[in-house]
Amino acid sequence: MTLSVRNLTISRGGLPLLECVSIDVPAGEALILRGPNGVGKTSLLRTLAGLQEAEAGEIDADPDELLYASHADGVKSQLTVVENLTFWAEVYGQTVPEEVYEHFELADLKSRLAGTLSAGQKRRLGLARLGVINRKVLLLDEPTVSLDQVSVKRFASFLQTTHLAAGGSALIATHIDLGLDAPTYDLSQNIAAPTPLDQDEAFL
Amino acid sequence: MKALLLRDLRLAIRAGGGLGLGLAFFLIVIVLVPFGVGPERELLSAIAPGVLWVAALLASLLSLDRIFALDFEDGALALLATSPLPLEGAALIKAAAHWITTGLPLTIVAPLLGFLLNLETTAYSFLWISLLIGTPALSVIGTFGAALTVGLKRGGLLLSLLVLPLYVPTLIFGAEVVRRGADGLNATTPMLLLAGITAVAFALLPFASAAVLRVNLR
Amino acid sequence: MSVWEYANPRRFMGWTAPVLLWVFGLAGVALVTGLIWGYFFTPDAARFGSTVKIIYIHVPAAFIAINAWIMMLIASLIWLVRRHHVSALAAKAAAPIGLVMTVIGLATGAIWGQPMWGTYWAWDPRLTSFLILFLFYIGYISLWAAIEDGDTAADLTSWLCLVGSVFALLSRYAVLFWNQGLHQGASLSLDAEENVADVFWFPLVLCIVGFVLLFIALVLLRTRTEIRLRRAQALERRMARN
Repeated sequence: MTLSVRNLTISRGGLPLLECVSIDVPAGEALILRGPNGVGKTSLLRTLAGLQEAEAGEIDADPDELLYASHADGVKSQLTVVENLTFWAEVYGQTVPEEVYEHFELADLKSRLAGTLSAGQKRRLGLARLGVINRKVLLLDEPTVSLDQVSVKRFASFLQTTHLAAGGSALIATHIDLGLDAPTYDLSQNIAAPTPLDQDEAFL
Repeated sequence: MKALLLRDLRLAIRAGGGLGLGLAFFLIVIVLVPFGVGPERELLSAIAPGVLWVAALLASLLSLDRIFALDFEDGALALLATSPLPLEGAALIKAAAHWITTGLPLTIVAPLLGFLLNLETTAYSFLWISLLIGTPALSVIGTFGAALTVGLKRGGLLLSLLVLPLYVPTLIFGAEVVRRGADGLNATTPMLLLAGITAVAFALLPFASAAVLRVNLR
Repeated sequence: MSVWEYANPRRFMGWTAPVLLWVFGLAGVALVTGLIWGYFFTPDAARFGSTVKIIYIHVPAAFIAINAWIMMLIASLIWLVRRHHVSALAAKAAAPIGLVMTVIGLATGAIWGQPMWGTYWAWDPRLTSFLILFLFYIGYISLWAAIEDGDTAADLTSWLCLVGSVFALLSRYAVLFWNQGLHQGASLSLDAEENVADVFWFPLVLCIVGFVLLFIALVLLRTRTEIRLRRAQALERRMARN
């Protein structure tokens, strides 16, 4: 098991959001997170990435194997495509493999400033970071926003053939059908009962 | 670490304005002072050390809110926080990038502006050295202020309010060095104390900055 | 039972309710006696004339102004380490009191300074230090006011208080270096040589005790208000969920 979550309770802005979330993502597999807007998909992924603290529960994963991608992907308009990717590669102590440009259809755009790219191209650049940083467990938050159908397919095939096939795994929050052969997990079943949190409880 | 520094410098240069703006502000403040206090050479010469230091300090304040704001908005800061790079290191690098784009250019042009204020000839080397030692502290302290206010909608004014009192010791010792230089006195003591303040700022503030960044990223 | 139990908000509300009255009462007694004693039953000082009597306000206010910040520093540390909400709220509650005491200290100093030094304001190290302290209080209070989420605000202001304390200390020594000043030595040090004379000393100590008790009472009162505000918020949140 590369990512295992037991009875996780998380909150946002002092309100309990999700409770008893238990998820297993084995090596080589993906899991699709579903649920209506505001249910807590982003908060769950941020918690797993270590950006916020869980109220209760256990997360079993190697922090050095996790890679988080938010829907804001930190692409810098004033840097070229190559510079954007090289930066992240260097932060993770790696180099940019050439095939990444092919996978994400960026080969023709390499020396363009990211600011001159279309929304979809920018998004592909943001996602290309995942191919640059070689990590086992991907935590993806709405990875396909502003991608057209062809690009969605290509991204799904990148996940399937390059990442999952090599024994990686992924936890993906999305509203659309990626066409991946992966189970789904509906977070609606974990919506927290309206009990006060520890933080509030002391005051009630 | 090097990658982040290079990226920030590249961004500062390409974004335009950032680099020149602080310098232009520095120049304008120095030009305005004689209009305010009158053109007497002795008076200008007497207040030059303090005015140069205060103007440099205000100029370095201008670009503070950009240290983290852009990275916070486009998500890069959250991605950096989950990367192998320690956030303390990132805060230090951000301060270094800020210094290279504001403190260093200010230091270089300060002697030129000293002419405008009729600064004593003996004081130029002291002005230069005191700014070289003191402005890094301004950047590190400012980075802490920027980290504190990064999550706020209109943090700019609050940032100045929080950071300026923290600048007091640096300003006092920095201007004292130049004043003593101008009077032909021995400036070793304030110089060492100025370096001491900078050392304290470098030793403590990256940790505090990283801690408040984590709070703001929650 | 651990002493920290008293920091649970509900317990805190319980034990402070009766204590508060007593502290206010004692503060009133000490202040009324101290001030009346000081103003009407001490002789005019040879060097200062009757202006000396302002020390019964000036010195205690200045004393509280500094110690309120130290209390905030300790409370901030307790919040960062042990995460007791009452501690963070107490620091928040103390700040405006410290600010007011700083202003009182500066104002009475200015009023006294005019007959003594012939000026309302001088860049004397102690005056300057208090002015800087005033700026620190303003920054701290503004940061609390600017952040909506209670716990985030508590965290950020605590860090500001920590860093601010280090730099306030550095500023204090920087200011001493910058200008040697004209303030008289400590009015209350244990070193009898530079102490004020006994006739002035006893009512002064009584006034300081009164100010300390008043400070404690006000902090308790304001902390109770903050706790009630947080409780109201928590209840509102719960209603919104139901």
